[in-house]
Amino acid sequence: MEVKINNIRKEFDRFAALNDVSLNIASGELIALLGPSGSGKTTLLRLIAGLDFPTAGQIFFGEEDASRHSVQERNVGFVFQHYALFRHMTVAQNIGFGLKVRPSASRPPKSEIKKRVSDLLDMVQLSGLENRYPNQLSGGQRQRVALARAMAIEPRILLLDEPFGALDAKVRKELRRWLREFHDRTGHTTVFVTHDQEEALELADRVVVMSQGKIEQVGSADDVYDRPQSPFVFSFIGESSHLPVEVKNGTVLFQGEPIGISEKTDAAGDLFFRPEDVVLTDEKDALFGKVTACRRLAGTRIAEIDIANNGHDPFHVEVEVPLHAPVELGSEARFRPTRWKIFNK
Amino acid sequence: MTASATASRAGWRVKQPSIIPGFGLTLGFSLAYLSLIILIPIAGLLWRTAELGWSGFFAILSDERTIRALYVSFGTAFIAALVNVIFGTLLAWVLTRYRFPGRRLIDAMVDLPFALPTAVAGIAFASLYAPNGWIGSLFMPFRIAFTPIGIVIALIFIGLPFVVRTVQPIMEEIDKEVEEAAATLGANRFQTIFNVLLPGLTPALLTGFALAFARGVGEYGSVIFIAGNIPYVSEIAPLLIVIRLEEFNYAGATAIATIMLLISFAMLLVINLIQAWSRRRYGNV
Amino acid sequence: MSDNRRISFRNPADESFSTKLILVALTLVFLAFFLFLPLVSVFYEAFREGWVTYEEALLEPDAWAAIQLTLTVAAIAVPLNLVFGLAASWAIAKFEFKGKAFLITLIDLPFSISPVISGLVYVLLFGSGSLLGPFLKSYGIEILFAVPGIVLATVFVTFPFVARELIPLMQEQGTGDEEAALSLGASGWQTFWYVTLPNIKWGLLYGVLLCNARAMGEFGAVSVVSGRIRGLTNTMPLHVEILYNEYNMVAAFAVASLLALLALVTLALKTFLELRFGAGAAGGRH
Repeated sequence: MEVKINNIRKEFDRFAALNDVSLNIASGELIALLGPSGSGKTTLLRLIAGLDFPTAGQIFFGEEDASRHSVQERNVGFVFQHYALFRHMTVAQNIGFGLKVRPSASRPPKSEIKKRVSDLLDMVQLSGLENRYPNQLSGGQRQRVALARAMAIEPRILLLDEPFGALDAKVRKELRRWLREFHDRTGHTTVFVTHDQEEALELADRVVVMSQGKIEQVGSADDVYDRPQSPFVFSFIGESSHLPVEVKNGTVLFQGEPIGISEKTDAAGDLFFRPEDVVLTDEKDALFGKVTACRRLAGTRIAEIDIANNGHDPFHVEVEVPLHAPVELGSEARFRPTRWKIFNK
Repeated sequence: MTASATASRAGWRVKQPSIIPGFGLTLGFSLAYLSLIILIPIAGLLWRTAELGWSGFFAILSDERTIRALYVSFGTAFIAALVNVIFGTLLAWVLTRYRFPGRRLIDAMVDLPFALPTAVAGIAFASLYAPNGWIGSLFMPFRIAFTPIGIVIALIFIGLPFVVRTVQPIMEEIDKEVEEAAATLGANRFQTIFNVLLPGLTPALLTGFALAFARGVGEYGSVIFIAGNIPYVSEIAPLLIVIRLEEFNYAGATAIATIMLLISFAMLLVINLIQAWSRRRYGNV
Repeated sequence: MSDNRRISFRNPADESFSTKLILVALTLVFLAFFLFLPLVSVFYEAFREGWVTYEEALLEPDAWAAIQLTLTVAAIAVPLNLVFGLAASWAIAKFEFKGKAFLITLIDLPFSISPVISGLVYVLLFGSGSLLGPFLKSYGIEILFAVPGIVLATVFVTFPFVARELIPLMQEQGTGDEEAALSLGASGWQTFWYVTLPNIKWGLLYGVLLCNARAMGEFGAVSVVSGRIRGLTNTMPLHVEILYNEYNMVAAFAVASLLALLALVTLALKTFLELRFGAGAAGGRH
C-alpha cells in the first residue's frame, strides 16, 4: 500500500508538533522516522494510524483519503513501544483479538481464527506459547506477540513505535535482523519510529530525518550519512565538527586565513566535516590547534583539538588520526578536511 | 531467594539475622496485645459454641427466624455489593478519566461512609427514605424504608468506598496504549471497554465485591434504623444476635455469631485467593 | 456519505462529550441519593428548629455526658492502638520472620468481623455466665455495662487502623535508614525517635485520624457491651439511637451532626494529607 502524506500540520494547544510535513512512501518500503525526542516522529506515526488527527493536511492510502476514516476503519497494524498486550488474555487470544471483534458479517469462523493464530505464531517463531499470558513472556517474545497481533488483521501498513526501545542491547540486535527478514518475507509497507540512528541506517530502505516538527531530509542510509542536506542532519547523524568560515574567490578562509581547501561559490557559513574525513598535513594553509585529549577507538585514534579563537572560548573539533601519527597530548596538530560541506548562514 | 538459601544452610530459623534492635520487644508486645484483645475473646466465642455441641448448634441455626435473618443479611448484602460493583466502577471511571468541576470534592467524599459513624448514617437514611422523607415521599406508594429494600440502600452506602477504592488505583494504571491498541485492531469503544478494560479489572472488581459484601453482612448501625426490623422479613442477623443477648439467650447469640464469623473467615480467604491468583497470572495487580 | 465528512477529532481511547456528560450526570445522581442528601439531611434536621434548640439539645446533661464519655473512650483506645500499631509495624516491616503473612491477616481480622460480634465476644468473656465476670465482680471490678467494656470493644473494632497504615509505609521505606543510624552509633531508641518516626509521621497521623473517627463513631460493638445507661455508659452514637427511638428527632440529629462534623473534619484532613504528601503517606485500604 502506497502512502501519501500531504502538508500535514498538527498542533497541541497551539504548539505545532508537526509543521507542513509531506512524504511519499512507496508500496513495500521499509521507512524509518529518525529524530531526537520532540521532533514529531511519533506524532507523525500516530497521525498515519489515525490515533491522532491532523490540524491541517491529508493522508492518502493509495487513492483513498485516510483522514476521513477512523483508526478502526483504517486497518493499520500498530506495534506500541511497550507492546500494549492485553494482560488478561493469552498469547493466542491477543493475536486473535482483531479478528474476534470484527462485525459478524466479516468475522472469520472460530476454526479459521484458530488457524490464522497458529500460522502467525509460526511466523513469529512462538509456536507452543499460545496459552501463556504476556506476564510469562520475555521482552523479545512480547514484542513478537505484539507484531503477530498487528499482522493478524492483515493490515495495509505496519507501523512500529520505537520497536526495540524497551529491549536490552543483545535482544535488540537479534530482533532488528529478524524484523528485516520478516519485512523482506511479507513485503508490507512498514514505517517505524526510532531515535537510534544505527537502527535506522541499518534497517530502513529510506530514512526520514526529523527535527522540530519538520522533515530535514529523506534518503537512503548513504544519502543521509554521506550527503547530509542540513547542518542538523550533519551533526545528528554520525560524528562531526563545525567551524565558521568564509569563502572568498573560491578559497575557504577560517579566521581570515586560507586553510587549503576551496569552494566554487563565495559565501559565509559553517564548515562541517567528519572526524574520519581529515588528513594531517605539514603545509602552511591548514587548520591547527592544541591536542587536549587523545582516545583510542578500535583501529584508530580520535584527537580532540582546541583551535584558538582570539581570546574567546576556543573552537573544539574532533579528528581521526592514524595510530602511529605523531600526535601527542599538548602538541600542535595541523590538518585539512578532505570531505566537507559548507552551510550558508 | 536469600531467605531459602539461608534457611537451608542454618536449618529452620524463625527470624533472619538483623542488626536492628527491638524484634523481641515489639513482636512480643504485638502478639500479647493481639492475643488479649482479639484472639482470646474470639477463642472464647468458639469455645462457647463448642459447648453447644453439633446438635445444639444446628438446632439454633435451623430455627426459622435465624434462617430468615441470615437470609436477609446475606441476600441484601449480595444485592448491595452487586449495585456497588456497577456504580462503584462507573464512579471510579468518572473520577479517573474525566475532569469536571467538583471532581476533587467527590473523590474526597467517596470515603464518607468510612468516616461517618454508622448510627448517624442510619438515622439519616431512615428519615430520608421514610414515606414522609425527602426521597421516600418521591417513591410513594412504593415503600423503601422499613422493608428489605431499605436495608439494601443502607448497605450500598456502606459498601461503596470498598469497591471504588479497590478499582480506582487499578484503573489509574491502565495504559492508554492498551486502548489504542484495541482501536487499531478494529475494536469500537464498546468492544474495547467490555472485552479489554473490564476483564482486566476483574480481580479488582471481585475483591471490591467481596469486601463490600463481607462488610454488608456484618453491618448493624446503619441498617437497624431503616430496616423496620420485622422478624422473618427485614430482621438482619446481627440484630438477631443483639435480641438473643437481650433475652439472655447466650447460646442463641453465640451460634449465630459463630456461623457469621466462619463465613467472614471464608470471605477473607476468598479475597486472598483472588489476589494471589491475579498476581500469579497478570503480574502485579 | 458526503465527501466532506470529516471524522471526529476524538482520541480513540476517549468517549464522546455527550457520553461523558451522561456518565458524570448519572454518577452525580447516584451520589446525591447515597452520599450528599443523607449528609445534608443530618444538618438540616439538626437545625430545623433553630440554633437555640440545637444548643439546648447538646447542652442537655445526658448529651453532655455522652460527649464526655465518647472523648474519654477515644482518648484511651486510640493511644493503645497507636502503641500497638508502632510495635507491630516495627516487627513486621524491619524484620523477616516465619508466619509474618499470617500475623498480618490476624491484625486485619477485626475489619471482617461484624461489630455486634466484636461486642458479643466480651459479653461472653465477662458476662454473668462466664468464668471471669463473677470473679472480677467479687473484687468490685465491673467490665460489662461499664466504661472498661466500652473501651475494650472500641479497641477491638479500631485495632487494625494504625498498624494497617504503617506496615506498608514502613515496608516501602526498608531498613537502610535505620542501619545507617545504628552504624553511626545511635541506640535503638534514638534510631526510632530521630530516624524512623520522622519518616512515618504523616502516615501515623493518617492512621490515628481514621482510628479516632471510628473510635468515636462505633455503634454496634459498643451498643452490645454498654447496657445503655443514660448519663453513665452512653456514648454519642448510642445517645443518638436513644433520642431517635424516643422520636426526639431534633436532639438526635443535633448529636449526630457533631459526629458528622467529626467525619467531615477527618475527611478534610485526610484529603489535605494526601494532597500535601502524596498518596504514599496515605496508602492502604481501610
